[in-house]
This record gives sequence, structure tokens and C-alpha cells, in this order.
Amino acid sequence: MDEVQEAIKKQVDSHPVILFMKGTPQFPQCGFSMKASQALAGCEADFAYVNVLEDERIRQGIKDFGNWPTIPQLYVNGELVGGCDIILEMYESGDLEQLVRNAGAAQGSGA
Amino acid sequence: MMQPQEIKQLIENGLPDCHAQVDGDGRHFQATVVTPAFEAKAPLARHRLVYSVLEDHIHSDELHALSMRTLTPEQWQKEQG
Repeated sequence: MDEVQEAIKKQVDSHPVILFMKGTPQFPQCGFSMKASQALAGCEADFAYVNVLEDERIRQGIKDFGNWPTIPQLYVNGELVGGCDIILEMYESGDLEQLVRNAGAAQGSGA
Repeated sequence: MMQPQEIKQLIENGLPDCHAQVDGDGRHFQATVVTPAFEAKAPLARHRLVYSVLEDHIHSDELHALSMRTLTPEQWQKEQG
């Protein structure tokens, strides 16, 4: 595993809920990242995030890491949950709130 | 720039008994994809299937963003009422 993949694994392992996005929840740089972070915020659970625009290696590396070609990407307990469509679908059904709360995000894991 | 029709064909040719509806502006697309291949698959696996037939175009960033709904024929029928 190369350095970038190791760095991503470390981030994913150390945060029960972590969103890889373009921009930040306060200043999202892409509509899809904005919707995804708003859905997470709507669950009233803390979540960590990584702004992939700050590091081109992470921006490319995260696509290889989960074998998922697009950003945003949500990881819960080390596992890829999905991208924007899946996050929104799960938010609508209430599954997202349940998932992130059970992930221990309520204890606080903000990056 | 890709046309919605081109994406529709790639998806329909790549997945069994598949019907797809694709709209978009050349950069951002929305697709509804219906195929029995989605049966017993979670959303993550369904999206992976669609991505797999569009892989080359996504990696080249020719296809920048695709928002999708993935339904089995049964789910689709239910939606039509």
C-alpha cells in the first residue's frame, strides 16, 4: 500500500463517520458535496470530513481506495456507504441518521 | 462532450434487459436505470454496476457527474402505479 492509501486508511479508521468532499461543510465547492454534507448535518451527528481539493493525491487516491469513481464519498466504521445519491436516499428514509448515530458519532469525532 | 443518448446506450448495452432514461447538459447527467441485474443488490452494488459500464468515460472526466436512481423492474412498475 502506498503512502497516500495508508494516509486515507488512517483517516477512515480513526473516524467512525467521515465524508470525503470538495470544499468544507461551511464552504462546499460542489453541489453534490454540499448536499451530502447537509444530509449528514441534518442527522445532528458529528462527522469528520476531508477536503479533497486541498490535496490532489487524496483526490485521486480516494477513488482507488474504495474503488469508487466519484466524490463525495461517505465512510462509516471504515466501510464505504456510497456517494451523494445513496447518502440522500438514506437520509430520506431515515437510515442515514440511524447509521451515523450507531456509529458512535454522537460521542464526537470532528476533524 | 457526451450526449445523454450516448450514456443511455452504454448503460443499456452493458447491463442485461436494461432500460435507462438519461438527461443532462453535457457535464452533469441524471439517469434512471432499470434492470433485473439489481435484484437482491444494495444501492452501493447497484451503483457500482452502472459505474462499471461507464468506467472509461468517468476516469477520463468526460463524464463528470452522474446522479442515478437504480431500480429493479418490479420497483419501477410499482412507481408507475
